[in-house]
Amino acid sequence: MTTTDPYATTRDTTEGKVFTVTGQDWDSVVAGLGDEPEERVVVNMGPQHPSTHGVLRLILELEGETVTEARCGIGYLHTGIEKNMEFRSWVQGVTFCTRMDYLSPFYNEAAYSLAVERLLGIEDQIPEKANVMRVLLMELNRISSHLVAIATGGMEIGALTVMTIGFREREMTLDLFELITGLRMNHAFIRPGGVAQDLPPGALDKIREYITWMNKHLPEYAELCNANPIFKARLQNVGYLDLAGCMALGISGPPVRSTGYALDLRKSQPYCGYETYDFDVPTWDSSDSYGRFRVRLQEMHESLKIVEQCADRLAKMEGEPVMVADKKIGWPSQLAVGTDGMGNSLDHIKHIMGESMEALIHHFKLVTEGFRVPAGQAYVALESPRGELGCHLVSDGGTKPYRAHFRDPSFANLQAMPIMCEGAQVADVIVAVASLDPVMGGVDR
Amino acid sequence: MSDTQPENLPATSAAGDAQTPAAEVVDQREGMFGVRGTGDTSGFGGLRRQVALPGSTPKPYGSWFDGATDRLEGLVGDGAIEKVVVDRNELTLHIKREDLVEVCRHLRDDEALRFEFCSGVSGVHYPNETDRELHAVYHLLSITHNRRIRLEVSCPDADPHIPSVVSVYPANDWHERETWDFFGIIFDGHPALTRIQMPDDWPGHPQRKDYPLGGIDVEYKGAVIPPPDTRRSYN
Repeated sequence: MTTTDPYATTRDTTEGKVFTVTGQDWDSVVAGLGDEPEERVVVNMGPQHPSTHGVLRLILELEGETVTEARCGIGYLHTGIEKNMEFRSWVQGVTFCTRMDYLSPFYNEAAYSLAVERLLGIEDQIPEKANVMRVLLMELNRISSHLVAIATGGMEIGALTVMTIGFREREMTLDLFELITGLRMNHAFIRPGGVAQDLPPGALDKIREYITWMNKHLPEYAELCNANPIFKARLQNVGYLDLAGCMALGISGPPVRSTGYALDLRKSQPYCGYETYDFDVPTWDSSDSYGRFRVRLQEMHESLKIVEQCADRLAKMEGEPVMVADKKIGWPSQLAVGTDGMGNSLDHIKHIMGESMEALIHHFKLVTEGFRVPAGQAYVALESPRGELGCHLVSDGGTKPYRAHFRDPSFANLQAMPIMCEGAQVADVIVAVASLDPVMGGVDR
Repeated sequence: MSDTQPENLPATSAAGDAQTPAAEVVDQREGMFGVRGTGDTSGFGGLRRQVALPGSTPKPYGSWFDGATDRLEGLVGDGAIEKVVVDRNELTLHIKREDLVEVCRHLRDDEALRFEFCSGVSGVHYPNETDRELHAVYHLLSITHNRRIRLEVSCPDADPHIPSVVSVYPANDWHERETWDFFGIIFDGHPALTRIQMPDDWPGHPQRKDYPLGGIDVEYKGAVIPPPDTRRSYN
């Protein structure tokens, strides 16, 4: 064995000889192990690995195929969103935080907007239609997020049909988002005071078409997976975490509900009028990956029920306002599509440029400076597809957040990876991590 | 602007019981648009603004806040709770840092309190609050009683130590690492306080107010747009 092997360098440490294998030449590694090789191998899974849901690095200590110790390495997608938000106006903050957990952007926006509204003291002035639209978009988002969780989780264990049909249905959901908000993701649509725009014409028909489509196709997942012996063999009793473990580690969302405990902030601490909707909180009692799959599957049906109720309510609300009446807060968000496809409406431009000097001054001040938010702090938590998404905002009375912090459920839930994986097989790590459904954009922010 | 009630605060607390929390001044701002050390052409150079956060709330606090606070005071004794702030219907207890672990243990274990779920900790940096520059803010949830509470602990920048509550709430493991990473608060007793988001060899703690945002000028057709932290800003 040569010491200058470019693919398998060795160095001596206090724990013995360490090989750093970068590829291809395994012969020199095997030869270097000697007559009584140590079985222990430390493997970096990721940060670039298709099965770790983004740039997540799993550090696994293996004894043969068994994982003896597991740790997470995170931070590869840290983009300083919280720091950046301290340098932008309160309204611009929505554009930043929507990019955190990119599979559930509406929840990021809603948590932030609700926190700003609490700081402003306008929580009970939000128009009813804005609340219904928020609930509509959040529940559609729950469906699209769970679809990705189930689709990618299926793909990782070889169930490729689950992946293809999962992304087919998700595409339908994203088409609705595009119709309503103009964007497939990173919408910045839910804003402090309400939502950015009213429903476009024809949206309700599309929503009803979507509900019909989903009612037809959602049962396919149950037929494909629920009793599938391979699916069950891979998921059952894998990634076990009971209620006591969840409470100690601050785990929320589907992992808690798979232990049989119906912890759901939509029921216990309702926001946006969730107390007025008829839906159930599905649970499962197996505390394993299979239970989490079943919880997500059932939750999509419940979300569809809520979407249906939202559509019925919206049908009776045509023309109602979607933004708080206070123009100081509403203006920075109130845009209309002009002939160029973006920006302020021509009527508004005509008003500020040709008719009212006062209106121009107000427009200028609100666009450049933004509104001020009274000093203090607020913490608002809501039930995202992954669990408790909290937003802690501190205001110093200025036009920008003094501090914005997000308690992302992916970040908290990922702490359970070692306890779920240690003692299991390498292949079970993939299933266990997939059952937590971490989104690295939210973990690292 | 009167001395007792800065204009940036609501006239009454959002708790709705017409209590006016005595404001606590944390900073003084001067001028406007971030103009420093040059001739003031903005005309706003004489502007003074006090930054004040809602201060201590007198009893009674209203709703379940009184019962829970009295119960906790009885368990941990006088002095552990420095200050109680009720603002916007949220209860904040300012805790002395040496009593934090005991307070958390009682909050978790006492049947009448039972805050079994910790939503983590984050930091806030107030560079002009002398000897209380760094704050750690904990959010606890009682699923049993369906309540939320906020604990706030401060430490001076020169001695940035706060006891770790991982022994009580293991959920705080990563949250404390993140707060150390971003603010430089050392959580004594944490099992492995290492950086979590930034690279291991990163210098400085990025979320502190004295750490610049960074960025470069962007030029477009001859016009230059400075990075966000050097743009004109409203104090």
